[in-house]
Amino acid sequence: MGMFILKRLGVMALTALGLTLIVFYMTNLYPNLEKLAKTQGNFRMSETEVSTWLNNRGYTRPLLVKYGEWLGVLPGYVIEGTDGEVRARCAPQGQSVEDAPEYCGVFQGGWGYSSVFKEPASDIMWKRLSLTGFLMLCALLLTIPVALLIGILAGMREGSKTDRTLSTFSIVTSATPEYVSGVVLIAIFASSAVGLKWFKGSATKAMESPDFENFTLPVLTIALFSIGYIARMTRASMTEVMTAQYIRTARLKGVSFGNIVLKHALRNALIAPFTVIILQIPYLLTGVVITETLFNYKGFGWLLVQAAGNNDIDMLLGVSVVSVIIVLATQLISDIGYVYLNPRIRIS
Amino acid sequence: MDPLSWGEIIVRILYQFLPVWLSMFVVFTASITFKRKLGLYGRIFDSTVGMIGFALVTFWVFTAFYASAFDLIATHDPLVQASGMKNKKPGIPLREAAKGAYAYYLLGGDNLARDVFSRMVHGSAIVLSIAPLATLFGYVVGVTLGLPAGYFGGRLDTILSFLANLILAFPVILLFYLLVTPEIIATGIPMYMAAVFFIFPLVFITVLLNSRYKVLPHIRTPLLAVVLTIGIWIYFSTISESGRGTFVDFWPNALDLFNIPGGVLVVFISVVFVNSPTIFRIIRGLTMDVKSRDYVAAAQTRGETPWYIMLWEILPNVRGPLIVDFCLRIGYATILLGTLGFFGLGLPPESPDWGSTINDGRKLLSVYLHPALTPAFSLLSLVLGLNLLADGLREESLRD
Repeated sequence: MGMFILKRLGVMALTALGLTLIVFYMTNLYPNLEKLAKTQGNFRMSETEVSTWLNNRGYTRPLLVKYGEWLGVLPGYVIEGTDGEVRARCAPQGQSVEDAPEYCGVFQGGWGYSSVFKEPASDIMWKRLSLTGFLMLCALLLTIPVALLIGILAGMREGSKTDRTLSTFSIVTSATPEYVSGVVLIAIFASSAVGLKWFKGSATKAMESPDFENFTLPVLTIALFSIGYIARMTRASMTEVMTAQYIRTARLKGVSFGNIVLKHALRNALIAPFTVIILQIPYLLTGVVITETLFNYKGFGWLLVQAAGNNDIDMLLGVSVVSVIIVLATQLISDIGYVYLNPRIRIS
Repeated sequence: MDPLSWGEIIVRILYQFLPVWLSMFVVFTASITFKRKLGLYGRIFDSTVGMIGFALVTFWVFTAFYASAFDLIATHDPLVQASGMKNKKPGIPLREAAKGAYAYYLLGGDNLARDVFSRMVHGSAIVLSIAPLATLFGYVVGVTLGLPAGYFGGRLDTILSFLANLILAFPVILLFYLLVTPEIIATGIPMYMAAVFFIFPLVFITVLLNSRYKVLPHIRTPLLAVVLTIGIWIYFSTISESGRGTFVDFWPNALDLFNIPGGVLVVFISVVFVNSPTIFRIIRGLTMDVKSRDYVAAAQTRGETPWYIMLWEILPNVRGPLIVDFCLRIGYATILLGTLGFFGLGLPPESPDWGSTINDGRKLLSVYLHPALTPAFSLLSLVLGLNLLADGLREESLRD
């Protein structure tokens, strides 16, 4: 088990390296740098002004050197620009070049400096991540019980009326992407055209003071898609268990139906949904980006869109590292959890 | 003229779809009559769920077909703005309708005074021309790489799986933002990716035919010559674009059959790129599962080549789950296309595809519902239809 986790962590590190290198390459392509120079400097810069601007800030050096600096295995640049000013990678605006440390990469804990927000990237990331964490937590707290309940109720009597109703509900919600369900929910519950106006169509206020009125719709939007998906998986696993031999034996012995479901079937039926739920978290991340854009909730997803839209290199790299860690960590947890939950694998 | 009532609007919309209803009627009667002779396709008509799904899918397929090929169904041009129709409610008559033009905006006007109904209809043509084809390409890539990875295993498998997992570790939206921005398109990277991805169908068909007819050279050689000529011609027609300054400049214009608009090609490639690693993993898993079966061992003993075994023994035997997944994946590709449109990436902003129109409509959602809800429900019904169809197929293929 220890070896297995170690190996997985190694693959994780390798994936993170490969992924950041790709992001680094894409963001450092010349048209992207040109856009960066124009948004940071001014929009009317000429070709030569753009290249001086980039030269002075070390953007035009070889890709791997820049990547090494970002990682922290190579010393950060110190360049005396054509305008006479000396700039160093490790001395962001306002700091003197002499005091700057030699290395300032990810390994030293430096995530760089956001060119859009004018703040250290890690500070922004933590703030946005905690906002999104809260949103995702609420969504999961709603999703898991509801989805499991629907799945179990539908799966315990296959083909019954309850099963058909609940299955229809879950297939419809799992066919609804967030930008459709969000739009429909806003239209029904928040627009003046329908007139219910129970909730707010924007979650901007929810960042400081989340309450029922401004936070329900974003949570519901994220949750709906996952509810449908997890419920379908739970139902499939439940119907499979309900046809197993040992359930039939219990029934023939005269155990009541409630007891069969709760004591015999449930434990085995929940192994598969566990993996599905954990693996659903990275998908939630995509849903979060759409939902946050739709409801103007300035969390991690919103940050991703801002960073990508403005070619904020350091920010985008930080965001990618965090996302890849989330994706790979959930995969690892689901694998380990599956082994622990399933005695047949654990003992062999 | 007075605005139409809701009843009239519904009747008029149903009438607009008349060619679709007729075609669906023909397809359904023919299929149900001969369903015993049609194999798996015929068995869809044994399950209610499958039939509902098939009905939804055929509805949109015929809508897209008639709208783009014969210019039927849609009442107006999806890009033309009419004065005084900005954000108007459904059923409002046009102020000064030209002679012969349709006198109403059946589902109202959007924020640029274009007809919401016609945009929805033409949007279906865009969605249905990209999503299924992108899924098919994803499958060709996934099959060409997944079969050998699962069959041979070893280092090849390790490398390919690592690459697939690498792409899968990207959040989809980050990938879209990295691939589908005007700056990246300016670097030509999507064109290089297109050049790589479009080789896969060529390789696939060549290997498929070669492995089958290797022992019959008098059939194989002319067959391959014809297929490859046509294939390479289409390949270069797709890649080269006159006057766009792509890296394939040597292809003469006279031989250039068609040009795909730049935005569409980029969107297409990124959907293929996002889909293919998952398909790769599915096919790899199925191959690993099946390769220890007796009929594979029998083929190996007969001395068949590995590619013959993979393509003509293993692939046909795992088609069941693949057909089901194919339906689901077209739905997923539709959702991805919508996501791209929602973030305003790739397709031109005035494009009537559903994602872009939802993005347009959501800005005024608290006041005007129809511009956003119409494409939203269209997208929902298509994806739902594909999911139901997949469910029906799964049910029927498990029955035996």
